[in-house]
Amino acid sequence: MKEIFVRLDRCVGCHACELACAVEHSVAKHLFAAIAETPVPRKRLYVEYILQRKLPLLCRHCEDAPCVRACRTGAMSQDALTRIVTHDPDKCIGCWMCTMVCPYGVVGRQLERRIAVKCDRCPDLDVPACVTACPTKALVYAEEEEFAGGVRRVAAAEVVEGYVTAQTV
Amino acid sequence: MNERILSRSIDPAAQAMLTVAEKAHLETAWDRFEKQLPQCGFGELGVCCRHCNMGPCRIDPFGEGPTKGVCGATADTMVARGLLRMIAAGAAAHSDHARDVAHTLKLTAEGKGGGYEIKDEAKLQRPAEEYGIPTEGRSKEEIALDLAKAALGEFGQQEGPIQFTRRAPAKRVQTWEKLGIDPRGIDREIVEIMHRTHMGVDNDYVNLILHGLRASLADGWGGSMIATELQDVLFGVPQPIRSQANLGVLKADEVNVIVHGHEPILSEMIVAAAQDPELLALAKGVGAKGINVAGICCTGNEVLMRHGIPIAGNFLQQELAVITGAVEAMVVDVQCIFPALADLASCFHTRFISTSPKAKFPGATHMEFHEETAYETAKAIVRTAVENYPNRNRARVYIPDEKSECMVGFSVEAILAALGGSLNPLLDAIKSGAIQGIAGVVGCNNPKVQHDYGHVNLVKELIKNNVLVVTTGCNAIACAKAGLLLPEAAELAGDGLKGVCQALGVPPVLHMGSCVDISRILVTCAAAANALGVDISDLPVAGAAPEWMSEKAVSIGAYVVASGIFTVLGTVPQVLGSPNVTALLTAGAEGVVGAKFAVEPDPFKAAKLIIDHIAARRAALGI
Repeated sequence: MKEIFVRLDRCVGCHACELACAVEHSVAKHLFAAIAETPVPRKRLYVEYILQRKLPLLCRHCEDAPCVRACRTGAMSQDALTRIVTHDPDKCIGCWMCTMVCPYGVVGRQLERRIAVKCDRCPDLDVPACVTACPTKALVYAEEEEFAGGVRRVAAAEVVEGYVTAQTV
Repeated sequence: MNERILSRSIDPAAQAMLTVAEKAHLETAWDRFEKQLPQCGFGELGVCCRHCNMGPCRIDPFGEGPTKGVCGATADTMVARGLLRMIAAGAAAHSDHARDVAHTLKLTAEGKGGGYEIKDEAKLQRPAEEYGIPTEGRSKEEIALDLAKAALGEFGQQEGPIQFTRRAPAKRVQTWEKLGIDPRGIDREIVEIMHRTHMGVDNDYVNLILHGLRASLADGWGGSMIATELQDVLFGVPQPIRSQANLGVLKADEVNVIVHGHEPILSEMIVAAAQDPELLALAKGVGAKGINVAGICCTGNEVLMRHGIPIAGNFLQQELAVITGAVEAMVVDVQCIFPALADLASCFHTRFISTSPKAKFPGATHMEFHEETAYETAKAIVRTAVENYPNRNRARVYIPDEKSECMVGFSVEAILAALGGSLNPLLDAIKSGAIQGIAGVVGCNNPKVQHDYGHVNLVKELIKNNVLVVTTGCNAIACAKAGLLLPEAAELAGDGLKGVCQALGVPPVLHMGSCVDISRILVTCAAAANALGVDISDLPVAGAAPEWMSEKAVSIGAYVVASGIFTVLGTVPQVLGSPNVTALLTAGAEGVVGAKFAVEPDPFKAAKLIIDHIAARRAALGI
């Protein structure tokens, strides 16, 4: 299954992912109309700024997800096959247990209703809206093996380069 | 031809060249636009501010994040300030162009212009009278010198009025005075925009936008109008003339020189140099049958309407012209010139030649142009093109067949002449309902719109409904290519308009010139309003910019609305992040200046808005 990975050195803090996320979760699915909608469309990922680094944080759809375990009403559930954690607003009572147990703090709140909102991995799209929106490709939608494989190739190249340099010295 | 290419342009010549580009992996604006997608939402909404170094600041349009910049500027302030800076840039571009024309006129009158002459003595009269310059018993040079000085004086003047604003009906001038937006000096209003939009100055969106209108009026009734009037003095008032439009005007067996940009000062001399016997002989010597000058954008419009020089295309065709492989020199002056031309030209034998000290392009050959040595420089440029002809790779040449006949050059003077000396026949046709009203359709191309789709469909829909269209700029070129600038196009018009066009032998779409020549449309509207004893805002007229992209277009839209003309935009301006500013522009302005903006990307719906507006104005006038 594909996951949304973050290339930690790439984020420039433009917040394009946040806007695209809110628009994708609007009725109109278009920015110009979405900004006038009620309820206000909510973003489900967060660009954080800490230690002078910019970083988009979003639901990791954890295995054995704490938010699902903590949810008393069954609003949070994890798909048996895709492992995507989704939230059913009709079952949510706004107790915020999910928010309390989420290790990344990425369960948000809908402004008008006392209920949670979170990443649903854009079920209507082939590629999640935040990934498409990212102008620097800091967000990558890929199989774990594909992403890790890329990282390994870079690491391997560096190791080999270091080895070759050491040999020649 | 694939769907992707078909979706980019409705023009078969453009489609053919895009196919060539794709096969050769040559990048165009359409490709670069796709690489920009999705574009930044904060920018699209106008809620990004880079006016100081506490920022950049952005406002969250969904209200979850920041609702104010570091200084406390709200979305209203940011959007209004951003809009004003676009107006400032647009007004500056038109007006700096005008300054150069006035300067050229001054040098010419002093006998220092390198090859220029005052071609239209009759045209000197009206502006001279307006400025109170004596004409009796004086030479044209003496009058022109005073006129040039008077015009140049208006750029730096601190107190108004700007003389040509007084061409507007008295009621319109009173509205401007009452609102405090009667412009005082051309440069002053532009500078004041920069001051007001500096951090911590004007933060009231209504106050900001009112000043934006003032600066835009200094463009429309100031800079742009000065450019038009003085160009007519120097180069002649355009008269109806036939020519051809589209990439098919390039010639396989001649040296092709493209003039692209906005000012006729250079291109007039290029046209003259291309007829120089010495250079023609040189061309023969390298095996070319002649020297073919063709235009793109408004420089093209200027020489099209004064000399019948064919026009190779509009804004989005500048790269496509190079891709024909048949262009020896792409000669540019200022405005709307893709810096991408440098890389593209390097893939061909084409020499990309910049000429203005204000506009250099990395990778271009710079052959700087100065009025005092105009003809020599023009000859040197044309010689460079001729000498480049043997380098043309004939295996790579592909010139599409498409070229359309067109009739252009409908200056106000030419329209009056066609009407028999007075506007009355036109006004009578409007009163009788044969012509329902007049729409000025103008503006750029923009890859956000299928090339020419907005222009051609809006214009066709309007004439079908008996709305006479006057056009300038890249819309005019789109109409020329689509065959709409021919008397025969009256067949596409409604019965009333068709009858009028056939009786007068004119097209249903009148080419009035370049972008600065929108001032000719203002003069026509003012004359019509004065003849009827009403304000411009009472007339059954409208404006439209279906494919606009530039800051100049923002200034134009602002002065057209501030002059009382309802205006429909085909692409969305960067203002929607402020519901207040949006409401002011699209509704509230009506009660202030008697006109407002509408935004409608669909040309058929845009036509409906214009037709409904014209019907409402007719009803109010009781006609």
